[in-house]
Formats: sequence, structure tokens, C-alpha cells
Amino acid sequence: MAVAARQSKAPAPSKAAAKPAKARSAKEGAGQAAPAPSNVTPFTKDEDLHAYREMLLIRRFEEKAGQMYGMGLIGGFCHLYIGQEAVVIGMQMAAKEGDQVITGYRDHGHMLACGMESRGVMAELTGRRGGYSRGKGGSMHMFSREKNFFGGHGIVGAQVSLGTGLGFANWYRGDNTVSMTYFGDGAANQGQVYESFNMAELWKLPVVFVIENNRYAMGTAVNRASAQTDFSRRGVSFNIPGEQVDGMDVRAVREAGQRAIAHARSGKGPYILEMQTYRYRGHSMSDPAKYRSKDEVQRMREEHDPIEQVRARLIREFKVAEDELKAIDAKVREIVNDAAEFATHDPEPDASELYTDILLEPAQG
Amino acid sequence: MPIDILMPALSPTMEEGKLAKWLKKEGDQVKAGDIIAEIETDKATMEVEAVDEGVLAKILVPDGSENVAVNTPIGIIAAEGEDVSAAAAADPAKINPAAPAPAAEAPRQEAAAPTAPAEEAPAAGKPASVPAQAKAYDASSEFPAGAEIVSMTVREALRDAMAEEMRRDQDVFVMGEEVAEYQGAYKVTQGLLQEFGAKRVIDTPITEHGFAGIGVGAALSGLKPIVEFMTFNFAMQAIDQIINSAAKTLYMSGGQMGCPIVFRGPNGAAARVAAQHSHDYAAWYSNVPGLKVVMPYSASDAKGLLKSAIRDPNPVIFLENEIMYGKSFDVPKGDDFLVPIGKAKVVRPGADVTIVSFGIGMTHALGAAEALAQEGIDAEVIDLRTIRPMDIETVIASVQKTHRCVAVEEGFPQSGVTAEIGMRIMEAAFDYLDAPVARVTGKDVPMPYAANLEKLALPNVGEVVAAAKAVCYR
Ligand SMILES: Cc1ncc(C[n+]2csc(CCOP(=O)(O)OP(=O)(O)O)c2C)c(N)n1
Ligand SMILES: [Mg+2]
Repeated sequence: MAVAARQSKAPAPSKAAAKPAKARSAKEGAGQAAPAPSNVTPFTKDEDLHAYREMLLIRRFEEKAGQMYGMGLIGGFCHLYIGQEAVVIGMQMAAKEGDQVITGYRDHGHMLACGMESRGVMAELTGRRGGYSRGKGGSMHMFSREKNFFGGHGIVGAQVSLGTGLGFANWYRGDNTVSMTYFGDGAANQGQVYESFNMAELWKLPVVFVIENNRYAMGTAVNRASAQTDFSRRGVSFNIPGEQVDGMDVRAVREAGQRAIAHARSGKGPYILEMQTYRYRGHSMSDPAKYRSKDEVQRMREEHDPIEQVRARLIREFKVAEDELKAIDAKVREIVNDAAEFATHDPEPDASELYTDILLEPAQG
Repeated sequence: MPIDILMPALSPTMEEGKLAKWLKKEGDQVKAGDIIAEIETDKATMEVEAVDEGVLAKILVPDGSENVAVNTPIGIIAAEGEDVSAAAAADPAKINPAAPAPAAEAPRQEAAAPTAPAEEAPAAGKPASVPAQAKAYDASSEFPAGAEIVSMTVREALRDAMAEEMRRDQDVFVMGEEVAEYQGAYKVTQGLLQEFGAKRVIDTPITEHGFAGIGVGAALSGLKPIVEFMTFNFAMQAIDQIINSAAKTLYMSGGQMGCPIVFRGPNGAAARVAAQHSHDYAAWYSNVPGLKVVMPYSASDAKGLLKSAIRDPNPVIFLENEIMYGKSFDVPKGDDFLVPIGKAKVVRPGADVTIVSFGIGMTHALGAAEALAQEGIDAEVIDLRTIRPMDIETVIASVQKTHRCVAVEEGFPQSGVTAEIGMRIMEAAFDYLDAPVARVTGKDVPMPYAANLEKLALPNVGEVVAAAKAVCYR
């Protein structure tokens, strides 16, 4: 019960974002925002176990990536997803096979959630030939046509138009799939987002816009960059429906995701989900993190951790034994360690790869 | 005074059309705005309105006439009571001598005449106007006499340049992502918020196209914005405002609307940040008339050139490099140190071969000069400093002495800055060359992430040494 009560709170307002966060909760009182978790459809034991395992895989993978960056095995930028795991896992639980995913550079979690191999993702982080882009893309630019993961994009906001284009292709083919287009609270201010919103609604494209509001864009708190901090309303002038969702509760994410995806799939056009979430780590590996207090981060971890919520439920409501959870933990660690091992020893790409993959040969005849 | 009614054009490309029908007869009263005739082309039909009031005195081109050239008088309107017979009898061309001649093509040809100023690119196909014996720019007096010399990083030099100019001129302000509270994504704007406050050091949302446009608008109205791009890769979101608004408005306004703005930020490859974060845009901006493009290497040039850029009444693209930010150089103390835009610098005199580069490319050029000295080749190294306008004369002066040249840049080879350097040398000093100009550039591939491939993609000292030896036939 105590757990449920805690979950009913939206992520606590940060000091920096105090004002708009309060305004938001006032609206929540008026029944406009995230549905109260008490109304959230509960997970079955199997669903909770699935969510637990999947989120834990992302968490452990990202922790390992952070360590490997520190060891100099990973270079460049490396943006970790720790804290936001419930968003992509909840959405994938709502999606069906064939739906596409596209996101920005904070993409490791999305790839794992799409079923991409830990080894291939980690080897791309280390720039090795076994990586998903054969070492040429790195952390921010990875793709898997097989798993319908369209990247992995380094330019903030660009993926929003691209994701809308995926939706366009779905509409064009009439193949009943939905494009799940993820972007951050910072990206949500880019102009092309609104150009895309307009066309998506105008042409009723099957796109779910998932705004991962983790409260900061690098060092800029949402209220310092956004005139409208209720991102679920960013589609209002285009008549796109939107919801604010407790993005730390995987059940709330899945339920909202099901609504949004059903809307998009049925030909009614795009849908906006503002996932209220939080990143525990710095923006990338070199972030002085002076823009928020340690307390704020600590409070989020202790009171809203997406994985702990599920873990507590599994123990208290489904009476899952600690040992069973430990076994899952061990299995996940094994996968991650194997990936790290592979990514450390896999060779770098052959030098001849420098000049491949620039253009394709046109088909003959 | 009788007025001609001229055959109108329906589109910019229309040259002639059919006078389908007159809707008024000779002698009819007409008011301004009355529809008096219909004309047709193969694409459209248009109504001809009277532009004045009076009497339709004379129809010069009858209904149904084909192939009537644009601007031909088709009728005459006269004032009430005016002697229309005289008007009608008159030669149409003389009645309205102010009728514009159909000569739209003529001025365009004239513009292509080779009258470009010495500093700018010569018109296509014409040799550059470099004197037979070119004179190198002498940078030796740039440091003010007696000024105290301090060692500082490029990062500090850029910060000081902005701070000094902001103290000097209230119209100067800085805007960009994370420039204020975060103190700059690469700490170049460190301390500016504290000194100048939030009105002059402005954090923007991640909306490059919008804030670049806001900067240009503010500059058109007379402010002097410094717009920081977190990196120039992200200026691609804003490139329309940079090129179509900032670079062209002075010309399009006939000289009324100057745009004193600086766009600055890191450009080119950093380390392991892959294709979307490693692009060198020197050649891109250098292609555009209406812009100045500066790409310093040393801290003193960074400072002196940024101050000049901020004072310059034109849009200046100021290309920095993340790897260079932490490098230290000698810089003269004092607020009055300026380096002129558009002047190259001979940083190492030599006799055997000219190596010309700019920005971080200078590290390869200077490294190669050292290595070549070990092998008895005396290289002269020139830092271009400004890409546009390009001080080709200093390069030519050197080539007239050494007869050999290697141009170095980190950008792509095709249509690159080194391609331009090679062409300009050929135009102006072909007879002085003892070997074809060689270039060392970034490889013609998107920047790979893998450490080994990234290293291969970038130019290095060894490649410059090899090119220098090749042009020396050694
Ligand atoms: C067009 C563009 N501008 C700036 C950047 C630099 N940049 C990378 S991530 C980022 C912050 C984005 O924040 P948000 O959209 O909230 O996503 P989050 O990092 O929080 O997941 C910025 C400014 C970029 N990559 N692309
Ligand atoms: Mg964010």
C-alpha cells in the first residue's frame, strides 16, 4: 500500500523547475494530466517479471557502458538512459511486432528494448567491427532494419521529422504499423517538430510522439527553455491529442501507450505522450551537473525508481522470492558482461571500411 | 497628356501573347480599374485594367492579334476633351518614351564583366589581378609595440575578446545554447553572465533556426549579436537564416540593411564524435558572397580576429575548433589589440616550399615544416587565418619565391578551400610554379567513429611531409 501511495505522486518538482511543475500539478487536480496511478491497469505477475528483466538489462548495460567509458574503451559522447527505463519498456509492451522506433542520441535503451543484441550495441560503443554500424556510427548513431530501429540520431529534433516520415510510409503502404518517435523536452522546441506535427495531423499519419521529459536539456531546466512546459499540450493548435504520463511507472506508460497506439493505428492520426521521467546521470559523460542538486537526484532514485517499483510489487504483491529476483539479476549481469567482453576484444574495423558504405550501386537494368 | 496602354506580362518569363478581346470601344469613358481588354498566353488568361481615367482614344492593336510583344502599346487613353486625333496619329514610341525597354538581359551580362575588387574572387575565367611581384602582408607589427605578452589558451582569448567588446559597446550581446548559466558547453563564455547579466548573455532553447533568425533581425535593426552555435554542425538547422538573410540582405536592400553579426562556435572534427558532429564547414561558408569567414589557429589570432569580427559591420562566420580551445599561445595584453580580417600571416619563413593552411590544419603544416627541416627542406608556412576574403596575394608572394605549394585542410577535398587555393595560384602565378600545387585534406568520407578509421580519415603530419617532398621532387 505504501508503495502505491508513493507512486501516485508525479515526479517531485525540482528546485529549478518549481514554478511550472506546480502549475502542472494544479492541473492534475483538475483531472487534465496523468491519470492517477490507482486507475492504472495492474500488471500480471508475468508482465511485471518481463518489465523487471527488461528494465534491469538496460540499467546494467548502461552502468557497464559508463564504466567502459571511464576506462577509455568508449570515446566521444555517451548518453546514458539510466532512470528512464520505464518509458521505452512500457511503450514496447504496448507496441506490436513491426512498429518502428526512432530516437535521438540517448538510444542504448531503445535498442535493447527493440530486441537488438547487447553484444552488437556494446561493440558499436567501442567502435569495433561487430557493432551494429560496424564501428562507423558509435553511441549516437546505431540502426537495425531487422528490428525496425531507425536510429540513433545526433542532431537534436531531426528524428522527429524522420519518425513522421516513417509514419508517412506506413500510411502510404497501409500496412497498419505505427511509428514511435521519441524526443526530449529540449528537442521539443525545435521548429521542425511543429512542421511535422502539422503534417502528421493533416494527413492523419500513424505516429506516436513520445516526449521524454526528463526535466533537463543538458544544463537547462525545462522552465528556462520552454514557454509551455506542459508538453502534452504542444499539439493543441494542430488538434493532436496528448497526455502527461508518469514515466517512472511502467504500467502507466504501457496503458497510455496502448491508447496512443490504438488511436494512431486506427487511422485517427498522431498522438502525443509526455513521459515525465528523470535521468540520474549527467547529460553525457562530461557533465559538471551544477544545474541540479544531489538531493534532487537522490530523491528521485529513492522515491520513484522505475525498477524498484516493479521489484517491490513482485515481492509484496506477487510473493516472488528474493532468490528468484537474484537469479534474474545474475542472468542480466551475465548478458552484460558477455557483451562487454565481446566489445573489448572484437577487432577494430578493417582499414578498407573507411571507403565503404558511402553510396550504393544503382540496380542494373 | 495621352497615356499608352502597354501589353502586360502575365509572368516573369512571358515575352508575347494574344490580345484576345477589347471590352471597350474607341471613345468609351474608362475609370481606373475598369477592365478594358483580355489577353491570353498558352498558359493563362488575364484581364487588362485601365490605370487612369479618361477616354479610350485609340485602339492600336485590334482584337484577336497574336504574338503581341510585352510592352507594345495596345491603346491610348486621353483626358476628356483632349485632342485624341493628334494622340492617335502620333508614333506610339514617342508618346511614351518612358516605356521600359525590354532589356532585362543586358545588365546581367554586364555584371559578369571582370570588375571584381582585388580582394574578392575574380570573375570566372579571368586571371586574378595579382601584381607580377606580389607583396606578402607583413604581420610583424600586429602586436602593439611594448605590449606585455602573456600565455593564454584559445578558450581564454575568445572569452576575453567578447568581454572586452561587450565592455566597449552596449549593443554587443551573446546568445546561444548553454552560454549563460552553464558557462558555455565548452566554457568559452565563462564568466560573461556574471559580468554582463542575463540581458546580454542569453541562454536560448535548442532552436537554432529561430535564434539565428532573431540574431539577424536584431542585427538588421543595429544591434551586434554574437550568436554561438554549440557546434557548427547545429548551424545546419540555421543555415537558411545565415545565407538567405544575413549574407544577402545588404545587397538586396541596395546597401541599406547592414547585418553586423558574428556566428561563432567550434567547427570540424573533435574526437570520436562521428559523422554528424565532425563536419568542417569552412568551404561551405566560403562559397557565399556577403559573408566573411574567419578560422584562426593561434590564441592571439583568435582574440584579435574575434574583436575585429565583432566590430565588423558585416556577418562574420567565426570557425573555432574544440581541440584547439585548450592550447596555449602568446597573446599581447590590452584592449586595443586587433588582427585585421582578410590578411594571412607568414608564420614560418622558408625558401623551398610553401605550406598554406588555416585553423587546426596549421598543426599539421607546422609539424610537417619541423620534420622537413630535419631533412634539409626549408618550408615557408602561411596561416590563411581568413578564408573569405582570401589573402591570396600573400600566398602568391610566397609561391613566387618557393615555386612550390602544398595546401592543407581538414575538410573534404571536392570544392574545398584547398581546391580554391590551388586554382587561385594557377590563375595568378602559373608561370612561377615548378610543380603542380598539391593538397592534403580530410578523406572523402563521412567521419567514422572507430578510433582507427577516424585517424585514417583526418590529415596528418606524415601526409603533409610526403606532399611537400613530392612537389620538391625529393
Ligand atoms: C541541433 C542540435 N543542437 C544542439 C545539439 C547539442 N545537444 C545535444 S543533446 C542536447 C540536449 C537535448 O536535450 P533533450 O532534448 O531534453 O534530451 P535529453 O538529452 O534530455 O535526453 C543538446 C543541446 C545537438 N546535438 N543538435
Ligand atoms: Mg531532456
